[in-house]
Amino acid sequence: MAEALAEPTAADSALRPWRPLLVQVAALLAAGAALVIWLVTADLTAVERETLNPDSLLQLLGQHLWLTAVSTVIVLAIAVPLGVLLTRGPMRRAAGPVLAVANFGQAAPAVGLIVLIAAAPFLPNGFWAAIIALVLYAALPVLGNTMIGIRGVDQRLVEAGRGMGMTARAVLFRIELPLAVPVMLAGVRTALVLLVGTAALASFINGGGLGLLITTGVNLYELRVLVTGAVMTALLALLIDWVGRVVEHVARPKGM
Amino acid sequence: MPETTAVAEDRDESQITGKSIRLEGVTKRYPGQSTPAVDGVTLEIPAGQVVMLVGPSGCGKTTTLKMINRLIEPTEGRIVLGDEDVTAIDGDQLRRRIGYVIQAGGLFPHMTVAQNIAIVPKMLGWDAQRIADRTTELLDLVSLDPDTYRDRYPKELSGGQQQRVGVARALAADPPVLLMDEPFGAVDPITRQRLQDELIRIQQELRKTIVIVTHDFDEAVKLGDWIVVFREGAQIVQYDTPERILAEPADEFVESFIGSGAGIKQLALQRVRDVDLKEAITARPGDDAAEVLAKVEKAGHGHVVVLDERDRPLSWPSRRALSRMATIPAEADERTPVIGSGATLNDALDEMLVSNAGAALVTGRRGAFAGVITIEEVMDAIRAVRASASDDLADAPVGTNAGSDDGTGDEVAQDG
Repeated sequence: MAEALAEPTAADSALRPWRPLLVQVAALLAAGAALVIWLVTADLTAVERETLNPDSLLQLLGQHLWLTAVSTVIVLAIAVPLGVLLTRGPMRRAAGPVLAVANFGQAAPAVGLIVLIAAAPFLPNGFWAAIIALVLYAALPVLGNTMIGIRGVDQRLVEAGRGMGMTARAVLFRIELPLAVPVMLAGVRTALVLLVGTAALASFINGGGLGLLITTGVNLYELRVLVTGAVMTALLALLIDWVGRVVEHVARPKGM
Repeated sequence: MPETTAVAEDRDESQITGKSIRLEGVTKRYPGQSTPAVDGVTLEIPAGQVVMLVGPSGCGKTTTLKMINRLIEPTEGRIVLGDEDVTAIDGDQLRRRIGYVIQAGGLFPHMTVAQNIAIVPKMLGWDAQRIADRTTELLDLVSLDPDTYRDRYPKELSGGQQQRVGVARALAADPPVLLMDEPFGAVDPITRQRLQDELIRIQQELRKTIVIVTHDFDEAVKLGDWIVVFREGAQIVQYDTPERILAEPADEFVESFIGSGAGIKQLALQRVRDVDLKEAITARPGDDAAEVLAKVEKAGHGHVVVLDERDRPLSWPSRRALSRMATIPAEADERTPVIGSGATLNDALDEMLVSNAGAALVTGRRGAFAGVITIEEVMDAIRAVRASASDDLADAPVGTNAGSDDGTGDEVAQDG
């Protein structure tokens, strides 16, 4: 902040949009530090000491992030091309039905979806069952925002591009997609936050993750374990949201 | 830089760089519509001329325009560019050879001015140096300072500036033909008038073939060498020079389209460059004001024209203002009445009345000062126009609807 004060005009206006983001990350770090201090100073029982030691916490955190990362990659690989496809020519007619299916995935209770998929005889159990459920759950915001973002591009710009002799593909990659990026990234961020929260349910079907702390806490009536799991999940979701906002900020096309 | 393809500064003004366009029995039918949107249009657009397509909204003029570069594919008919039949060639390749300007410029907001201009040259595989040189040249051509505007984004430009960049972008690869779809529809009247003057000046320099769609008849009279008046189904009602359409409208439809005041509109046919301009005493920023004042008094003039280093007018101080200065200031005075030599007398009159000066500064190529026009010259010109009937019979190009059912007769227009 000292530099900003020294150079009030240029630096200040460059810094202004970052201010809420700085506040958000500062609050997150403070909350995280508070959790660590509380864990270190608390008078823990033997069971709690067993579940809440740093190594196992890190392992659960890793599992949780892995669940989120894998499902995000799959969601992006499916929903973005599908969203693009549904804005092209004759495929536009299929947009309604596909959105209805995606809506169904989102509207179904996540916990039910996860358990259903794990229980289905022909589908895998554990990690991959959790991934399938998470992908179904988080596809809608990415799919929807991809379509909305592309449809929101001024049609006259598309026409200007075609009128200059750009191919349909060049118009898509050089005009429509870059201009849709802000809306698409907002969808990705929403999906990520949903995924981090919902990944906590994977522990129901032996999928691992921070949800294990919550289920353990509930089953054994260990309040501190429960709280640690819940708070860590929440902080992780907020942290991912923050990262998403930073990316949106950096990736926003210049000139808009 | 010997290999730049450019519009050389001192190109002979009479050199035509455009190509003719011929539409032969071009029809567009949309599925599920009983009447065709465009019905068997045969239209000759002479090389190096400006042809205006006018008509009420929905009359098919835009569809006709977009069929020239095949943004809309014709259902029937042939399109010939120069001597080449382009009806069946690759549409994207064709469009790279035809400049296209839409309302408000249609600039891509995520690209800088230079990036916008570079789009077609890049697709044509020009190297970076050639593109950079061309960009500088084009920004100069549309009167935008290259160093100031090259790296700006469209949102940092005014509407008029965006439209100028739109024109520069369309001219990037030096296409023989320029298509413009309501190019000046989205700007305020004063900016529109300036942009029109600018286009007239650019056209004088480049001599492209330009086809412009507009719903504004006054704009058509001002810009067009030829005007095509359409009615529904792109039926050509009249295809003639502005002078003759004003003097002899083909029927009541054209008459009603011209609207009232055809006489006043004739004023729009006279350009500032056609009248004799008065000379003026000029000065440069930094000159000694007393010396300049002495010169002005000696010449018996009331004002002095201050020019920048490229001879563009900055301000127009009166003797009284001069006597209060020590040296000539370098600031541009926004209120200085300036008008391009391609502007019509109508616009010149407007500018004089608005500025309250009873006179205006005239600028020629690249905004360089050319002389002063006063209200007396305009009055003389009005008298002259009223005296001379429209007796010069130019040879009108062909424009008919040779529709599928052939010979509906009443809309044939040439030599009316």
